[in-house]
Amino acid sequence: MEHIKTIKTRNLCDSAKNGGCGECQTSCQSACKTSCGIANQKCENTKASKNSK
Amino acid sequence: MIHQYKLGGYNIVLDICSGAVHVVDEVAYDIIARFLDGSREDILAAMAKQHPHIPAADIAECYDQIAALKEDGQLFAPDTFEPMAGHLKAKTSGVIKALCLHIAHTCNLNCSYCFASQGKYHGDRAVMSFEVGKQALDFLVANSGSRRNLEVDFFGGEPLMNFDVVKQLVAYARSIEKDAGKNFRFTLTTNGVLIDDDVIDFANREMSNVVLSLDGRREIHDRFRVDYAGNGSWDKIVPKFQQLVKARGGKNYYMRGTFTHANPDFLEDIKTMLDLGFNELSMEPVVCAPGDPSELTEEDLPVILDQYEKLAELMLERDKAGKPFTFYHYMIDLSGGPCIYKRISGCG
Repeated sequence: MEHIKTIKTRNLCDSAKNGGCGECQTSCQSACKTSCGIANQKCENTKASKNSK
Repeated sequence: MIHQYKLGGYNIVLDICSGAVHVVDEVAYDIIARFLDGSREDILAAMAKQHPHIPAADIAECYDQIAALKEDGQLFAPDTFEPMAGHLKAKTSGVIKALCLHIAHTCNLNCSYCFASQGKYHGDRAVMSFEVGKQALDFLVANSGSRRNLEVDFFGGEPLMNFDVVKQLVAYARSIEKDAGKNFRFTLTTNGVLIDDDVIDFANREMSNVVLSLDGRREIHDRFRVDYAGNGSWDKIVPKFQQLVKARGGKNYYMRGTFTHANPDFLEDIKTMLDLGFNELSMEPVVCAPGDPSELTEEDLPVILDQYEKLAELMLERDKAGKPFTFYHYMIDLSGGPCIYKRISGCG
């Protein structure tokens, strides 16, 4: 019996190995201005995000 | 670290450190909640009492699935990130890749709730000269290291009150970006009052994003967003925003509203934005001095929290009906979102 369905997400632990290129959008440049949201920022390092999925 | 909650008929478990998201049944939800607090035998016994209708073998199987996910690093993943924060700071020290240019410290609206004190930031009314802006762009290029994508937001005050300089700065940036090996991405944040065909053409050609300030319902918007004669701006700006968005041809924009003590039921304002034909939306809580009449109160909180849940339901309904819209804080890219460095460093 399936009790748990795991949704495919980026593995953050793996992203520690190859992330941090700094090319993604600075979050305060978008709509918020008065609050900080980063989860919606797209990764612009195609190689790293593919490797760490 | 685990965060678990129930919403819309789903039991959702977030494993914070690995980023894993699980949708689980009732027994799995309850086992996860106490997984670290007792032995296998203790938890199985407790679950047998709590879920008498579920066979013991099923409960044991569920426990073992959870244990396997833990072993695989997808549940109860340890926080190995804390020491990285300082490392990241050192790694990016001195590198700048974005500027928010205060192109105009003045505004043609007189919104009492403005966090920028009517655009003046408690200073004098002034606009930025081309020379200052040019030096800012040169500074950005010179200090951007190996970063290719550079972001510049034209902000204020109301940047369209200094539109000629905006245009000159964009032209200057375009003239240097190729030789510098950079790619400028511009954003314009505007209250809409001065939007005309020229602005629309320019913004849609040069701005990778535009942020358009609209608080939603006319009576809500016009409560704060008034001109210096006290007239509301809703009737003047909404047709302009509609014209701009229609001409934008799919390029990004945000219809960005502020909610205050006057409209903790901000979902109604989101519905108004949708009725007006806008579907890339953002609503943010007011930032103001303590005691300001617009300040959100403790009593507003339950209403606000409920709005966020109802908003999720509305998004699902509209999606199923083939009329989807986006909400800034709910645009979460689970499979291609930010790496842990970005999450730790936050805004920058």
